[in-house]
Amino acid sequence: MEAFTVLTGTAVPLRESNVDTDQIIPAVYLKRITRTGYEDALFAAWRGDPEFALNHPARAGATILVAGPDFGTGSSREHAVWALLDHGFRVVISSRFADIFRGNSGKGGLVTAVVDQDVVEQLWTATESDPSTPITVDLVDRTVSFAGVVAPFEIDDYVRWRLLEGLDDVGLTLQSAHLIEGFEQARPEFTPRTA
Amino acid sequence: MGRTLAEKVWDHHVVRSAPGEPDLLYIDLHLIHEVTSPQAFDGLRAAGRQVRRPDLTLATEDHNVPTIDIDKPIADPVSRAQVDALRANAEEFGVPIHSLGSTEQGIVHVVGPQLGLTHPGMTIVCGDSHTSTHGAFGALAFGIGTSEVEHVLATQTLPLKPFKTMAITVEGQLPEGVTAKDLILAVIAKIGTGGGQGYVLEYRGEAIRALSMEGRMTICNMSIEAGARAGMIAPDETTFAYIEGRPMAPEGKLWADAVAHWRTLVTDDDAEFDAEVVVDASALSPFVTWGTNPGQGVPLSASVPDPEEFTDTAQQAAARKALDYMGLTAGTPMREISVDTVFLGSCTNGRIEDLRSAAEVLRGRRVADGVRMLVVPGSVRVRLAAMAEGLDRVFIDAGAEWREAGCSMCLAMNADTLAHQERSASTSNRNFEGRQGPGGRTHLVSPQVAAATAVRGTLGSPADLI
Repeated sequence: MEAFTVLTGTAVPLRESNVDTDQIIPAVYLKRITRTGYEDALFAAWRGDPEFALNHPARAGATILVAGPDFGTGSSREHAVWALLDHGFRVVISSRFADIFRGNSGKGGLVTAVVDQDVVEQLWTATESDPSTPITVDLVDRTVSFAGVVAPFEIDDYVRWRLLEGLDDVGLTLQSAHLIEGFEQARPEFTPRTA
Repeated sequence: MGRTLAEKVWDHHVVRSAPGEPDLLYIDLHLIHEVTSPQAFDGLRAAGRQVRRPDLTLATEDHNVPTIDIDKPIADPVSRAQVDALRANAEEFGVPIHSLGSTEQGIVHVVGPQLGLTHPGMTIVCGDSHTSTHGAFGALAFGIGTSEVEHVLATQTLPLKPFKTMAITVEGQLPEGVTAKDLILAVIAKIGTGGGQGYVLEYRGEAIRALSMEGRMTICNMSIEAGARAGMIAPDETTFAYIEGRPMAPEGKLWADAVAHWRTLVTDDDAEFDAEVVVDASALSPFVTWGTNPGQGVPLSASVPDPEEFTDTAQQAAARKALDYMGLTAGTPMREISVDTVFLGSCTNGRIEDLRSAAEVLRGRRVADGVRMLVVPGSVRVRLAAMAEGLDRVFIDAGAEWREAGCSMCLAMNADTLAHQERSASTSNRNFEGRQGPGGRTHLVSPQVAAATAVRGTLGSPADLI
């Protein structure tokens, strides 16, 4: 996983609440068996609308998505995170994220920054009036800065540490292999087996 | 201070705990399917790792599989490649698999409980958000992403931050004709699609205790639609009776040991929840959705709401957008909305009791002209049980299509989909835009309402049929 410290980039405003993972990537794109190559699938149902924010030429190369509350609800598909990353996003800013989506984001290296809804509104206003507005997301300080505003964001301490270090979860856990073995030896005999 | 059910199950599974870090939790059962696992197996291969406990892992094919002509190769080459990848991965890593054509194949959340693999007090995960279904047994069960699937395959553990706990107490009795599905849709409408975020829900109270295991599974299944990763119901005699005698259930002394342990899995009287919600079951009636998220629901007797009536501007905007997508006008009585398709099935309502209750409504009646009804059992076992009772004949005689087991029209990943602007009454769990097919319009309903709607051609309950 690529480490993340500070990013300055432009944003795409997504003035929608409850953007579920079926909207982020429709199920039909989940049939692929690869981990990359989902760029075309991102918000596929909305991409046909020329007015959709992502389609605007001035938004090309944006790395930050600013969304309404309850972003990423619904299905657990990690493809939603992969599609956002493949499109070039490294950060999603919202006032509230669904749990599974947020967990998946941390695994894949996508920063989910929680700010107050009024900060979201200010970001929308700033980037809508000038799409080239630079926005800086600083994971070290946990701040988002734009147009003279510096606002704190919330992210889990442990997830932040892993993102800053770019660490792989499985490798970390396997350092505790002896504890897992000890736990397995003490499991009750009545727990079922699949074979 | 006492502990809640969720806290007890959590505590029983902590492998490692350190300040400032997530707990490392042992996973008792890992269910996998074709959609969210291929990239996880690829990750194992790339790192030269094995599946740590194939004997605690079970694969089944459900999301992609066709529900007709299952003896022929899967027509869609991309779906076929995904199913083939699962079979190859299961073989390479020694994971048991129930493939299409096997009598144990079916939707992953129907298969686990029916095999007797789902027990109280277990930790169960699957790369599917409806893993919350298994919480009906008093298991801590939740959906995970593909990176976590890889993590569990490699280590049989997951690093997790403790959840908060929320009690959903359902007092009183459900009126005649009101089902578990109506209850959970009403709960989601009450607390909202984000109301359960960060929580494990524990459903309690008289109305919950009175439910069958299948009704309890319907309730816990939809916890995720309220934003909660898991829902739980404390095990009781109903739970034990359901598990006893199933193929993978413990026997003899092990059964006695297991039940003795399971009886301890209740929330202590002096335990405190982080949040509590109380619902009066006796005030409920059949419930249906009008919008594009499962929280946008009303009683069947109500009308399509006016977006301006919502107090919150975000909700107003969401409602306007939903009505536009759904092609509905505020003020239209729900009972006057006509549908093109009725879907009976899914991990929410694809079990034998669901099929029985719908068949009861359809017996001696006909599906309305111009309406297609798909009946898709949740598993091959459910299908065989229904056929042994003659339910297939009831559905076929009524003009419905009797299909093979799978996820089918719950999500548009197989051949069963809605066309653009086609409208369905569906016993599944999500009415998101395009969920059942691009441009498709979904109303979530109970099996009884689905059957009555099929007969009427418009949304309705069995009580509306003369």
